[in-house]
Amino acid sequence: MAKQGEIQVMDPARRAMLLTALYIAQEQQGHLTREAIERVAARLGLPASEVYSMASFYTLYRTKPGGRYVLQVCEGLSCHLVGGAERLVDYLRKKLAIEVGQTTPDGLFTLETVQCLATCGTSPAMRVNDALYEDMTAEKIDELLETLRGYHV
Amino acid sequence: MFEQVLTRNMGLPRSETIDVYLANGGYQALPKVLREYTPEQLIQLVTASGLRGRGGAGFPAGRKWSFMPKDPSVVKYVCVNTDEGEPGTFKDRELVEKDPHQIIEGVIIASYAVGAHRAFVYIRGEFFLGVKRWIKAIDDAYARGFLGKNILGSAFSLDLSVHRGAGAYICGEETALIESLEGKRGEPRKKPPFPASVGLWGQPTLVHNVETLANIPHIVNHGAEWYAQIGTPKSTGPKLFCVSGHVRNRGVFELPLGVSLREIIDEHAGGMAFGRPLKAVIPGGASTPMLTAQQLDTRMDFESLQDAGTMLGTGAVIVMDESTCMVDVARRLMRFYAHESCGHCVPCRVGTRRMSDILERLERGQGRPGDVERLEQLALGMRGITFCPLGDAATNPVVSGLKLFRDEYDYHIAHKRCAVTV
Repeated sequence: MAKQGEIQVMDPARRAMLLTALYIAQEQQGHLTREAIERVAARLGLPASEVYSMASFYTLYRTKPGGRYVLQVCEGLSCHLVGGAERLVDYLRKKLAIEVGQTTPDGLFTLETVQCLATCGTSPAMRVNDALYEDMTAEKIDELLETLRGYHV
Repeated sequence: MFEQVLTRNMGLPRSETIDVYLANGGYQALPKVLREYTPEQLIQLVTASGLRGRGGAGFPAGRKWSFMPKDPSVVKYVCVNTDEGEPGTFKDRELVEKDPHQIIEGVIIASYAVGAHRAFVYIRGEFFLGVKRWIKAIDDAYARGFLGKNILGSAFSLDLSVHRGAGAYICGEETALIESLEGKRGEPRKKPPFPASVGLWGQPTLVHNVETLANIPHIVNHGAEWYAQIGTPKSTGPKLFCVSGHVRNRGVFELPLGVSLREIIDEHAGGMAFGRPLKAVIPGGASTPMLTAQQLDTRMDFESLQDAGTMLGTGAVIVMDESTCMVDVARRLMRFYAHESCGHCVPCRVGTRRMSDILERLERGQGRPGDVERLEQLALGMRGITFCPLGDAATNPVVSGLKLFRDEYDYHIAHKRCAVTV
């Protein structure tokens, strides 16, 4: 048993760095590896289990690798009402020949759905990595995928 | 004639910059406050204006400020809630992206009123542009002496920084937001104690939505009386209404509280988009009970909407025409709540999942007799017994859907398909 003096006193401001620390770690490898989580835990003096529980609670942290471009289609009500949500998802599923949650064999695209992106005035909306795409249609998706592919020929 | 208040500069080029804000009357309320007002007088001013929180609950802002302890030796914090996530809502994103200094000026004034010297912006992790705009705006405000030590030569100092959330709807709830700021999972705290007594790191904390804060400089500039004559006697001031769904012009419209739902839809949003009649409206974001075409004369203010059995919420108006299946609407929204339930309270965690399962099977044409009763029972078991309002909110689309469109649920069960969308 630890004596009182040995018990680590948490600096509250240090713990507050956790969300940011996870973002930084994720940026380095594209997702949070087990090693990255352990490293963040060690740096902030927290148990790795606690850091992992954070990574799994917040949806913007990825604990599994994704493609170069993560296509996230908003499945919100306002997107659905104007022809988005699963209509766009279905289009992308067929076009990329993958299911939601999967990555194309070339490692370029991962298809996901997300909750309301707060772009209901310009829906249907989707996000690709850090960029937001509004008023989406099948044609615009074709164009977008072509542009993104163009960067990797 | 109503003149725009919060959105008045949004049409200007580079409206997000400090120069445009300054050139259009920005940062004039702050020196006035520091020179002419004691914190107590400021609280009286905001109380007299009648300003109520714009994040959903509509709590009087002045009262919230007055709950903060007056003892100057107590460390206090202010949190700026930019965690906009209520489905249908996109006003806070606009405010931050297009006029962030208006909010900053409000934050500084609110902090002065409650005696806080440290404030935090908590922004939804997905708002990439918003994060950039916030950081740039705060940097510029520091550079001009509106933030930092001895603001504009006064004795008042304030630091403000931006913290990015990481994708959790629940962090818009003020105690979950505080937990998240502390670097924890965004699980709401039990209340009381309220944040005004025990908040961030155990200190008294004032949490405000950005739209609420954006009103503050205008109240200082033009007075409480001017503000209170906008809107209705109990719901004062301008409100940003976000209109989406089956209307011609979707978007954010700034209108006085108390405007009729009909005026918002017909005059500002240009009426119905696809030539089909209106079927239902969600008046204040996904968590608020629906209204029907017969209720379009309802006034959009806190009291009138409460009388109509619903809520103003965030002012997110989702308009649905007759092609909309109400079981499908409930299914979609329940999926959202099941995904976003933080999992802390069992009734919400399990209830949203169970309701989601039932609604999914109704949509698939596998509904069973008794499913409607099961939904009702689950809703009853979730309401009023969770730490935060998510549990109650999640039941609203189903409960109000069952009240208004029960026949559609019955049809789904009896005919194994939808009567609306074939």
